[in-house]
Amino acid sequence: MMAYIVRRLWQILPTMAGVILLIFLLFNVVGGDPAYLLAGKISNPEQIANIRKQLGIDEPYWVQLWIFVKQVVTFDFGSSWSTNEVVSNIFATRLPASLIIGIPLLALDTAITVAIALGVAYVRGSFTDRAAMITCTVAQSVSILVYIIIFQYVLAYKFGWFPVQGWGNGLFENLFKFAALPILIGLVVSLAPNIRLYRTFILDEVNQDYVRTARAKGLSENRVMFVHVLRNASIPIITNLMIQLPGLLVGLFLIERFFSVPGIGREVILAVERSDFPVIKAITVYVALATMLANLAADLMYKAVDPRVELK
Amino acid sequence: MSAVTLNPNANQIGIERSPGLWALAWKRLMADRVAVVSFVIVIFFLLLSLAAFFGFVAKDWNREIAVNYAPPTLFKDSHKPSSDTKAGAVDLGPAVDGAAAKPEFINDRDPLRDTINELKQKLGQSTGAAVDSGIKIVDPLADVLVELRKQLGRTGDGAAKVVDEKRLESLPFGADKWGRDVLAKVIQGSETSILVGFSAALVATILGTILGALAGYYGGKTDDLLNWFYSIFSSIPYILLVLAIAAVLKQKGVVTVVLILGLTGWTSIFRLVRAEYLKHKARDYVRAANAIGASHMRRMFVHIFPNISHVVLVQLSLHVVLFIKSEVILSFLGFGVPVDVVSWGSMLNESQNELILGYWWQLAAATAFMAVLVTAFSLFTDALRDALDPKLK
Repeated sequence: MMAYIVRRLWQILPTMAGVILLIFLLFNVVGGDPAYLLAGKISNPEQIANIRKQLGIDEPYWVQLWIFVKQVVTFDFGSSWSTNEVVSNIFATRLPASLIIGIPLLALDTAITVAIALGVAYVRGSFTDRAAMITCTVAQSVSILVYIIIFQYVLAYKFGWFPVQGWGNGLFENLFKFAALPILIGLVVSLAPNIRLYRTFILDEVNQDYVRTARAKGLSENRVMFVHVLRNASIPIITNLMIQLPGLLVGLFLIERFFSVPGIGREVILAVERSDFPVIKAITVYVALATMLANLAADLMYKAVDPRVELK
Repeated sequence: MSAVTLNPNANQIGIERSPGLWALAWKRLMADRVAVVSFVIVIFFLLLSLAAFFGFVAKDWNREIAVNYAPPTLFKDSHKPSSDTKAGAVDLGPAVDGAAAKPEFINDRDPLRDTINELKQKLGQSTGAAVDSGIKIVDPLADVLVELRKQLGRTGDGAAKVVDEKRLESLPFGADKWGRDVLAKVIQGSETSILVGFSAALVATILGTILGALAGYYGGKTDDLLNWFYSIFSSIPYILLVLAIAAVLKQKGVVTVVLILGLTGWTSIFRLVRAEYLKHKARDYVRAANAIGASHMRRMFVHIFPNISHVVLVQLSLHVVLFIKSEVILSFLGFGVPVDVVSWGSMLNESQNELILGYWWQLAAATAFMAVLVTAFSLFTDALRDALDPKLK
């Protein structure tokens, strides 16, 4: 087990190197010279040369690459170009808001989706099943933007059930007051695709021989569905969950933007709008790292769920 | 394939060919009622956007033919502007901040309402003051403006230059802020979104297919290298990568959006095509092709590719939907198509502010068009997959 983990961690290195290289090529080579951007409208050659020196972009590319690698390893990306806030500080202060929305969303989403998918798969082929699937297809085809605009307008602005936007200080206040509507919208948006997906995972299992055996033994339908089928269908479900996990940080960027939630996703959009390269670079690199670690965690969880899985 | 059958209609002497994969798939597809309906809808949208592309319809979407925010007549009773908003507040347009200038828009839950009320009291005015006095707070020229507006009638911001041109009071689908027909605008927007979706899907599919073919067919070092490539791209969340590239490429344009989406979205196609090539390269027909001296390229793209093309086709169709959705989000955020090009995303962006003022029709039009196309396309893709892979059921 330990050997497996070490080997997998070791395999992350070349991919991480590739990510760093890709980001470097994108921002330092394709992105061009940011000195003019930073110097503003009124600038003289001295200032520009000075900025270049500060950023290290007057050095050859391999030196710049080395600087970038050092930044990644030491978690020190300097400070944001537009606000001068230290990048690591941006991470530390924005992460909680994203997590306050993301974690309850993921937990609720999984619980509700799995329950509905089990129910729909159980009555597969029936009118309920077809109606649910058509509803999901239609619901999925409406852009997330429309959900946000309409929910924010109707539930927050018209009815006043939720604050229109904003963010507080206390965890309790944030979770139950400001995060409630964002979580609700996230739930509505993610239900449709996930129900469809989990339904196919469960349908792959319900026709297996072991299900027939379980029924033949006289087990209750609840036990067959929730214990036998669900446990076997949980491997692809876990994969899907783990894939969503790192995306959670940036995936909710639209919701964070609409509701002025100071999270990582909103920070990404602001950074793109302001061409704030250090922030985008840092977020991209670390989210990529988080993705790889989440994949590893998913593989380890397979083993916990299904002892037959061999970790190679 | 099924056994040779004798066909009485065959006018050639010899063996009648049994129907191929595509003919069978087409037959299965046409037997599916949902598939046929969604296929017709998709074709309709494609023709519509082609017509818009060549300027047959919605060519002059940019012309300001109606009064600003002309209400839609098709849904007559649904928009009843309260009498006080009609008086003139509507015509203020974007020049004045909505909440501050129009007392009737001060929402009970507006976080700034206390401040606004306080300000008003300082100015010696009550909250319920008439619209005219509301204007005075922010605009010293208000009296002149009101006077001018009375002379011009209800014509709005751009009124000055088109005074003598008769503007429509209402349109079947309503008008936007500048009095442009929402129907023409949404058709033009469909053209942009569909064009971007299809082109980006084509770029991603071609890229993914070629790389997947190389990796699966050659294996070894090539496979390792391309897999490394794949793992890099797939470890960065898709939308983050798209935003990062949008940040770097500062010039906006339809081509830029197509390239951004296409160059980042090839990974899942690569994985599937690679797996298919791995499976096929050891099959007898490929070895036979090798024996008669077919080159690598010929074996890859003439012999193997037709046998996996159904996988590629389904992926192409899946990615069109994905990219249409992504384009809408990118354009909404302002990282997508340029300002002078209209797309569903930019329409949604405008409608966000309009909704608060009560003008819902642009939102409705963009949403309805997009929902119909995407639903039809998704249903068609599902049917296509079922038709091409009969084993699936």
